[in-house]
Amino acid sequence: MELLNIFFKSLFVENLALAFFLGMCSFIAVSKNMQTARGLGFAVIIMLLVTIPLNWAIGRYLLAPGALKWISPAFAEVDLSFLTFIVFIAVIAAMTQVVEMVVEKYMPSLHLSLGIFLPLIAVNCAILGASLFMQERAYTGLGQVLAYAAGSGLGWFLAIVSLAAIRERLRYSDIPRGLQGMGITFLVVGLMGLAFMGFMGIRF
Amino acid sequence: MANYKDTIRKSLLGSNPVTVLVLGICSVLAVTVHMKEALVMGIAVTLVSALSNLVVSSIRKTIPARIRIIVELLVVSFFVILADQLMKAYAYPESRNLSVYVGLIITNCIIMGRLESCALSHKPVEALADGFLNGLGYALVLLVVAFFREFFGFGSIFGLQIVPQGWYYAAGGFYENNGLFILPPMALIIIGYIVWLQRTLDKDIQE
Repeated sequence: MELLNIFFKSLFVENLALAFFLGMCSFIAVSKNMQTARGLGFAVIIMLLVTIPLNWAIGRYLLAPGALKWISPAFAEVDLSFLTFIVFIAVIAAMTQVVEMVVEKYMPSLHLSLGIFLPLIAVNCAILGASLFMQERAYTGLGQVLAYAAGSGLGWFLAIVSLAAIRERLRYSDIPRGLQGMGITFLVVGLMGLAFMGFMGIRF
Repeated sequence: MANYKDTIRKSLLGSNPVTVLVLGICSVLAVTVHMKEALVMGIAVTLVSALSNLVVSSIRKTIPARIRIIVELLVVSFFVILADQLMKAYAYPESRNLSVYVGLIITNCIIMGRLESCALSHKPVEALADGFLNGLGYALVLLVVAFFREFFGFGSIFGLQIVPQGWYYAAGGFYENNGLFILPPMALIIIGYIVWLQRTLDKDIQE
């Protein structure tokens, strides 16, 4: 029940794209058509499922205050938490490379459809943001972290695919000159965000 | 001199990183509820952007092209850690409210974008100016959005109450704060209107 709760909370209520506006740059730049949106969405799901548990383990067993106690009691005082940012971004950049190589080797068709999006993920703030939120919310077990990662990834996927669908429709609408392109996209995303707030309060 | 003026106007308006190039949106939306936080964030991003541009530009000839993204990320995260520690020391309440968004300066696309498009091909001084100006362009948008959100959402500016207390409904008046402006989606809608206004006035950037 608790895991399901975390999953749906991160999927709808705390949706990375529409409630916290993470990964907005690529969210807006890549949502012009359905196919690329789907590719990027998949890439984000994969990267979140890989990096969040890894960063959680690193944060818990290496960086948190007193985390190094398992090596020797002498390290009980050590607090490396100021290194969090640099370690997290290094893990994300490295894992992006690793995942890209693995996908290229074993799933060539998926690699083709993800195309250039996988390497770009390293600088997508949704990935780093999800790791930082994971740390801030202090999840206690691997199960919770995985539920959070899956929910967040799926939520981002859902959001970018719906925005792409709306934007494909927008092509046939009569929009004032100055509002065309970016302007109307901002308004649409804002309204989508308001709509997503309607999910607030979902619990199991 | 004319050249400098032109560059300044371009970074602040004509090719403003947020409203024209659509970079670094995430944090604009999240940190603009109060003007004070927006100002702190704007200063932090401006400094990180200027300094990392300077550093990357000075070592640009020694960075191997294949791993340049990782090198750039490390330089940026070094400055972000500095900014974070400074903020914790001197602006603690703001730093608490900004939470993860300080860390997210690392992946702020404005900074990466300037590093990629300017610092790797220009001399250190030019890169420093470029990073600084683009940071300022970002801070400008932050402050404009935060002005509307704080004014309509709380009736105050920089924490100073502007709307008289007597006007409020609770005190027997007629006025009520608009809670909608505090919600994050409203920031997107405000930016949407800014973009609309800017593109209507400046025909060159219409799509």
